[in-house]
Amino acid sequence: MSGIPHDHYEPTTQGEKWLHRRLPIVGLMYDTLMIPTPKNLNWMWIWGIVLTFVLVLQIITGIVLAMHYTPHVDHAFASVEHIMRNVNSGAMLRYLHMNGASLFFVAVYAHIFRGLYYGSYKAPREVTWIIGMLIYLLMMGTAFMGYVLPWGQMSFWGATVITGLFGAIPFIGDTILAWLQGGPAVDNALLNRFFSLHYLMPFMILGLVIVHIWAFHTTGNNNPTGVEVRRTSKEEAEKDTLPFWPYFVIKDLFALAIILAVFFAVVGFMPNYLGHPDNYVEANALVTPAHIVPEWYFLPFYAILRAFTDEVWIVQIASFVTGGIIDAKFFGVLAMFGAIAVMALAPWLDTSSVRSGRYRPMFKWWFALLVVDFFVLMWVGARPAEEPYNTISLIASTYWFAFFLVILPLLGVIEKPLPQPATIEEDFASKKGASSGGAAPAAAPAE
Amino acid sequence: MFRKLAIAATATLALSSGSAFAAGAYDTHIEDFDFSFEGPFGTYDQNQLQRGLQVYTEICSACHGMKFVPIRSLAEDGGPALPEDQVRAYAENYEVFDPELDDFRAATPNDHFPESSLENAPDLSLMAKARAGFHGPAGLGINQFFKGIGGPEYIASLLTGYTGEEKEEAGVILYENTAFPGGWIAMAPPLYGDDVEYADGHEASLEHVSEDVSAFLMWTAEPKMMARKQAGFVGVVFLTLLSVLLYLTNKRLWAPVKGKKSS
Repeated sequence: MSGIPHDHYEPTTQGEKWLHRRLPIVGLMYDTLMIPTPKNLNWMWIWGIVLTFVLVLQIITGIVLAMHYTPHVDHAFASVEHIMRNVNSGAMLRYLHMNGASLFFVAVYAHIFRGLYYGSYKAPREVTWIIGMLIYLLMMGTAFMGYVLPWGQMSFWGATVITGLFGAIPFIGDTILAWLQGGPAVDNALLNRFFSLHYLMPFMILGLVIVHIWAFHTTGNNNPTGVEVRRTSKEEAEKDTLPFWPYFVIKDLFALAIILAVFFAVVGFMPNYLGHPDNYVEANALVTPAHIVPEWYFLPFYAILRAFTDEVWIVQIASFVTGGIIDAKFFGVLAMFGAIAVMALAPWLDTSSVRSGRYRPMFKWWFALLVVDFFVLMWVGARPAEEPYNTISLIASTYWFAFFLVILPLLGVIEKPLPQPATIEEDFASKKGASSGGAAPAAAPAE
Repeated sequence: MFRKLAIAATATLALSSGSAFAAGAYDTHIEDFDFSFEGPFGTYDQNQLQRGLQVYTEICSACHGMKFVPIRSLAEDGGPALPEDQVRAYAENYEVFDPELDDFRAATPNDHFPESSLENAPDLSLMAKARAGFHGPAGLGINQFFKGIGGPEYIASLLTGYTGEEKEEAGVILYENTAFPGGWIAMAPPLYGDDVEYADGHEASLEHVSEDVSAFLMWTAEPKMMARKQAGFVGVVFLTLLSVLLYLTNKRLWAPVKGKKSS
């Protein structure tokens, strides 16, 4: 499958040959598992496995939870309590599922920022990147709908605020809102369709994950140097790569075991730490919580949504130019989705000829600032909409857009990149020397 | 119509300036009580849960209900663990409406605790998880990592937090309370000390009674806590073991590639 030359599956026994002529499924699995992988991958390349594992974990725990859950406004909250109290291991299942969503987003943010730093989005991996962004959007939709299902106060009011955003779209907003809610307000119809979609979307994600893997198996993995694997001959490719099985499978499983140990500590000892207490109060349309906050993983984009109030001049200009069609609310919605859109467009906004941030002295600092910016947005998204938080979120939101729309295109022109290693083999040999002490270069079998 | 208005209002509040979020300026105080169930290895104190059940039954249940809690769970391990016959006798204290009989009958262990009998009294089943005692610093909630979310601490602080001041507002008497957001609560002080007489001779001071009932409400909110912590502990131990084995496997596997002797 991959463009990197390597040994392919050859059926040996009669049975294998019989099957291979009819359905080359063993060959497909062999080639997928034995894909040549750059041998210098570092520990930031483990998140893909973690994400795949969590997706499966969420699907399995979710299917079992759905057996006991009732998607009806009068019974949803009680059925979750039924799961927590009466279903065998129900409390464990639910806490795994609940915190699994958080682990999913921890992993996906690490995965995305890894991609940004090492330039994994750049040609020829744009399609992998775009599919990844689609997966991320679907994850956000799935997580949001899942949070509504327990029908607690935050579920209800979160659903009200977020579906309300679509009502801000000019002309067609009311229609979309009615279509989302299934009626004039957040009620049983919404709960039913959210349950249905929450069950459907993980399988859409699963499908896209397969395409995501297919795409990067076609181009080959990126790696910390951003230098491509030599692919003129099999011998040369083998100097740069190792087969995925067993080298990277074992390495990734090791990392996964550590991450799961931490995950189990959270599930076992503090499962509600990342949740909101108000969601243990049953939904009540007549009582608004003092402070409506989304789950932590939405906070950065929620902060961007709230940053553009009608006191901001750019909002006022937009409103004036469009004759009021783009008001502050709609501007916020555009900004929120725009923040993800600019990230998706990174392959075309980045003008640098160098792929990896490791060899880009200026990019490094701007990127570090982007990560800080992300956490600032996350913090400010949970704060009440008042000063000084409004100003902070406005500045942080501006930087988010500036990074992708101004800094990324400019850096390619003004930055002078550092020299890159000629091959992955060279990089691997130098790293190996550094890690095993001063005498190591002698140990390298290089004549 | 009202709903639509409420939704519009909320959406606007959440999206625009929303100064309404500025919570009451009243400085509330949550005492960090020491409970036996804190920390990764903390467990419920069975005697305390039984005392708390007594306080709930004799005082709180006059107004509050616990509709999500099945009475039979009082017999479960990791809870008050009352003997079956005591649970059966306890259930008979309550009357429940049976739609099949179309009449009230005495409750059985399979029924749930009744709902709140007073309209404004919130259900207590999940109260210990529905309130957070600690939020700081700067609203980050990092101190919850060390102190716990603080639900039972909030309840105990509320019960001991009355200052004795009252005021009348729109025909309702409000009581000053140092734990309640805003500082004024509609619930009259429910406990004064020596409100119950404990069978085990435990001192029934205001503080003790408050702690006992808070511990009991933590159990009603999280009845499987002890099983959960045990499962979590086993999970952490096995996964740590597995990661050590995988570390060694990985090291051995990569040694020839990295040009080191595999030993």
